[in-house]
Formats: sequence, C-alpha cells, structure tokens
Amino acid sequence: MTQVNRNRIRVLIAKPGLDGHDRGAKVIARALRDAGFEVIYTGIRQTPQMIAEAALQEDVDVVGLSILSGAHMTLCPKVIELLHAQGQEDALVLVGGIIPDEDAAQLKAAGVHAVFGPGTSTAEIIAFIQDAFSG
Amino acid sequence: MPKRIPTRQLIDGLLNGERLALARAISRVEDEAEDAARIVQAAFAHKGKAHLVGITGAPGTGKSTLVSALADNYRESGLTVGVLAVDPTSPLSGGALLGDRVRMTGHSGDEGVFIRSMATRSGAGGLAKASAEALLLLDAAGFDRILVETVGAGQAEVEIAAVADTVVVVEAPGMGDEVQAIKAGLLEIADVFAVNKADRKGADRAVAALEMMLETGGGAAQTILHHGELMDARAAVSDESGQGWSIPVLKTVAVSGGGVARLRDALEEHRAWLQESGALADRERTRLARMLQSLVEAELRARLERTLSPAQRQELVGRMLRREVDPYSAAADVVKRFAD
Repeated sequence: MTQVNRNRIRVLIAKPGLDGHDRGAKVIARALRDAGFEVIYTGIRQTPQMIAEAALQEDVDVVGLSILSGAHMTLCPKVIELLHAQGQEDALVLVGGIIPDEDAAQLKAAGVHAVFGPGTSTAEIIAFIQDAFSG
Repeated sequence: MPKRIPTRQLIDGLLNGERLALARAISRVEDEAEDAARIVQAAFAHKGKAHLVGITGAPGTGKSTLVSALADNYRESGLTVGVLAVDPTSPLSGGALLGDRVRMTGHSGDEGVFIRSMATRSGAGGLAKASAEALLLLDAAGFDRILVETVGAGQAEVEIAAVADTVVVVEAPGMGDEVQAIKAGLLEIADVFAVNKADRKGADRAVAALEMMLETGGGAAQTILHHGELMDARAAVSDESGQGWSIPVLKTVAVSGGGVARLRDALEEHRAWLQESGALADRERTRLARMLQSLVEAELRARLERTLSPAQRQELVGRMLRREVDPYSAAADVVKRFAD
C-alpha cells in the first residue's frame, strides 16, 4: 500500500507575462505528467501574484515558469519574492524559455534553481526535479 | 522538500483559516502522512458552516467555468468560497495534469476564495481518494460555501452524491436525446440541473428532455445503487410531509455569467429546503456512514496485505494456475488465515 500512496511531487506550470505562446509549457506539463508528477497547469498571462497564489493554494513543491517574452528579469525575481514572503522559500523554482546566459546567471543569483533554454530535453528537466527530491 | 510545519501549529493555522496551513494540511492528508489522522480528527471536531455543493457532468460541459462564475456570485454576496477541483490520475504513470485553474483565474488577490486541484490518485467514482477529508478541512477552515468539481463524469460516476449537500449536474446542448436522459446513473443524483452553454443551438431541446425525464419519473429515484449498496441520497425527496424538492432545470452561460445568479438562488433554496426538511441531517448521516465504511475497509485491506506475503500470494496463484485450487476456495483460505 505504501508503494501506491507514495508522496507525489506537485509541480505548478505557469506562463507569466503577455505573450501567448504556451506550446512549450504544455509540452513540459505533459512530459511531467507522464513522469508521474502531479502538474497544475494555470494557463497564459499570469501575473506573479496569480502564480504565487496558485503555488500556495496548491502547495506545490516545484514552480516552473515558461517565459518567451523577454520580461524574465522582472517577472522571475518578483515570483520568488512573493513565494518567500508567503512561507514557500523551499519551493524549487525553474525557468524555461529564451534566456541569455548572462541573465541566467543573475536569475540563479536571485534564487532560481535552474534555467532551461531551447533544446533542453524533457528528460533533463525530469531528472533535475527527481534529483532535487531524492534523498 | 517543503519545510515541515509541526502538526499542532498546522492544525491551529488551519482552524484559523490560514491559507498556507490549509494547503499543507490537505497535502498531508492526501499523502497519508503519519499525522493525517490527527489533522482530520481536529478538523472533524470543528465542524464549520459550509454548504457543500457538488458540480458534476460530462467533460467539456463547462463545469470549471461554472464553478468560477458561481464563486464570483457568492463573493458578491460576501460569502467566502472554497473550491476542490478533481482531475484524473493517469493509470499508467501515476501522474496527473490538473487544468481546472485555467478557467478559474479571475479570483486573484481575493482572500475569500481558495482553489485546490486534486488528482484522483486511487479514488473512484469521479472523486479523489482524499476528497471527503479535504472537504472536512476546507469546512473547518471556515468557508461559507464549498464547490467540489468532479472529474468529467461518465454516466455512472455518482460518488459526489455521497459527499455533497447539493448536487448540480451540468449538461450542454447536443449531448444526447431523450433516451440518454432516462438512462440510469448520473442524472438520477441531480438536485439541480444546469444546461450550460445555453446560448448554443439545442439548449431548449436539452432542457425539454430533462424536464420530460423529471415529469415521467415523478421525481427522481429514491435510492441509488452504488457499489452494490443502496444509498439513500434521494430519500428525502418524497418526505412524509409532502414538501418534496422539485428539481429545477436551469439554463446558464457560464462564460458570460448568464443565468448564474438564478443557479445560485436555486442552490440557496435547496440549502434552505435541506435544513427545513431534515434532509441535511440524512445526507450527513449517509456521508459519515460511508466515511466509516471506507476507513474500516482501508484498515482491513492494510491488515490483509500484512497477512499474506507476496510470496504466499504468488504460491496461491500458482496453485490456481495449475487448477489445484479454484478461486473461491483460494479466497476462502486467505480470509480464514486473516481471521485467525
């Protein structure tokens, strides 16, 4: 029985900002579902406040942000700030999208755990999450 | 991993309506953590005031949008709303894609709304394994109204009738004809029908088919057979005073809010009727009886697992395979070992 009812990792997949290109986010959501995660998909045009609220209500372990609009340097730190303010400083924050290397370094310094650029395989993302929660 | 809030603190927070505590408490119960029973016990002892409304219907009828519109409507009257939205767990991977929030994005910044998505995990009948417990927690956290959205239900996913005070069955135009409407199952558990997407062609026909079903049936069935067991979900419909509930069929256009105020009124009327007729207590009795049943079953199942090791089980199946023992005798043998 304990095998069947193991603790499942819950992942929020959100698309902050104003661009509506959510195909990537949907592909990731589907891949994570198939890897056995419980994925909460919130759709496009989410504000950092909406994302943080959803992360809290859903008690997620991972927050995945998909950003193609170029607004990552404002959106990501804001989400992290809100997560910390509401007691979720332990959530794993991942960012996917088109992020220049120098920005990626800054995002990591701001508390993002990993940045996945174009060409990242879903297997790589799944392995990253699994590693973070094993042990 | 999320940092662990001590159980006592979690319970205090939950009973104070703190959102993080509520969210973490639901996870603990869902994950069957070692303090899950303590949390549920504490919630049980603090019965709140919530009216539990179940929203069910086939996939694509607009349940999520309707839940969101209803929540808006309740909020306009100052009532707080908890939402539990259930989506299926993949039988293959054990994962789930919970997408109901996509249609519920209008409540940002409103502390009076709390939305939680839940995967069915091993639950059946259109609800999640821990739905009943999660509803106890939402109630204990103090919400005035709780909306439970089932998975997109087929014809026989009627578990919601055992959990909710009031059940709304959502239909949409073009989903079926009069014969669909008189089939057994989902339609029999409705306290209120909502024909959603009523701006589309065929809405009047869908309403007419449901009304015909209700007229020809002289009210809904009094009991429904569920897992082979009679459930008196409908028992009070024809109570002795003759003050039965007449099931309304309402048109809604959830996406624009059309008809939603009338639906809300019908839910409030049903709530008042439940209280006046005594049906509310009947429903709670049914609910508690089922909760007891499922807890006892879960415990017995766990003990059974411990009685028979996987090797012993394999050995028994091997004997069945060789036709040395038949399934009935094998089962009787296991039960005997368990009882001893």
